[in-house]
Amino acid sequence: MQSLVVARSMLARSSALRYNAVRTFASSSSRLQAVPTEKPVLQKEFKIYRWNPDEPAKKPTLQSYTIDLNQCGPMILDALIKIKNEIDPTLTFRRSCREGICGSCAMNINGQNTLACLCRIDRDSNKDSKIYPLPHMYVVKDLVPDLTLFYKQYKSIEPYLKNDNPPEGREFLQSIEDRKKLDGMYECILCACCSTSCPSYWWNQDEYLGPATLMAAYRWMADSRDSYKEQRKEKLQNEMSLYRCHTIFNCARTCPKGLNPAQAIAKIKLELAAE
Amino acid sequence: MMSTRSIGLGSTFRQATIASKLSRNQALRTVFVKRTVKTQSLPPAAAEAILNEQRLKRPSSPHFTIYQPQLTWIGSIANRVTGVGISALLYGYAIAYLAAPETFASVNVIEFIAGLPDAVKYAGKAILAAPFAFHSLNGLRHLGWDMGKFITLKGAYTSGYAVLGATAVSTVALVLM
Repeated sequence: MQSLVVARSMLARSSALRYNAVRTFASSSSRLQAVPTEKPVLQKEFKIYRWNPDEPAKKPTLQSYTIDLNQCGPMILDALIKIKNEIDPTLTFRRSCREGICGSCAMNINGQNTLACLCRIDRDSNKDSKIYPLPHMYVVKDLVPDLTLFYKQYKSIEPYLKNDNPPEGREFLQSIEDRKKLDGMYECILCACCSTSCPSYWWNQDEYLGPATLMAAYRWMADSRDSYKEQRKEKLQNEMSLYRCHTIFNCARTCPKGLNPAQAIAKIKLELAAE
Repeated sequence: MMSTRSIGLGSTFRQATIASKLSRNQALRTVFVKRTVKTQSLPPAAAEAILNEQRLKRPSSPHFTIYQPQLTWIGSIANRVTGVGISALLYGYAIAYLAAPETFASVNVIEFIAGLPDAVKYAGKAILAAPFAFHSLNGLRHLGWDMGKFITLKGAYTSGYAVLGATAVSTVALVLM
């Protein structure tokens, strides 16, 4: 019993010693630390499109926000989050992954459609940065466009494998060459940057499917495992769905993933013409 | 021994006071918010009506006025405009000739143009030659694309600049002809 007490008191003392040591170390180190060099203030103006559905009669406006770039992350999305956190919590935009794989933060930044999370802030403080929602789309609020039609169009091309006779009891095999045909198409994240950059899609989006959906359509037409190629082609064989594409190339120019929808559409046209 | 204990207790005590202060502030804030914002209780079925009403009033976001001018779409619109312009001239002259064959006979046209000052002649030739050259050459570019040639972003830009260069050269050649 006596030994136990002694042991406990020894334990307590050693822990106290350790505690003191840590305290001394921490306080002395903070005393010795160099004063961090203050970064200069770099004010940058952001002009952001605002429209509030609660006041529908008010016309959309550009609202100006100025933030210190040296107190902000490098990307446009960082600036938007900083503005929302520190200046104006009513600013509305979509964002999720912050690394270019979800496609939520697609918007028009300085005249080009791209993902806010992949777009660096131009550090020239003399020039302002203008941020609009994706062009020619109905605005839900601020930078949030209504993508209902876009998703409906994507659904309409049946973006999944269709085959009535899949191999029984084993994998669905594909040659390396056949698999390679899907590269550059399966990576699409459906951010809608390309479709909303396309002038043809601006004027005819009620009937023209647009680059994103058409590339998805070709992704399934080009798949060696799909057996509904003829039906898929038949669906596009009309004036509006496919042929409103005039090879403008805005889609390939703006794609934040570096894909080429124009090429996929040209291949569909070639295959339809070869019939 | 005693001192350490008091330090330990002190820091815990301090944390407790901060925590309680914080939570009290939060509580105050929620009470405050609850009093200012009034909410309305609606059945879930009302959601669609509200959404549809909102949809009717949504503005369309700005498009070509804010989009960055790029060789891609500016080139495309130029192709369309020059095509329409040249067609209008062709159909306009053909219809005018049909309506009044004597006024628009070749002899009269040649005579009229020969009487114009040189500056007007060259300017007129340039105005006709530039759209004609651009539209024809860009047409070749489109034929290439339709055959699957240079259908990459780099290909589109290289061929675009090539067409612009060739247009300049052929416009000068046509004007000096």
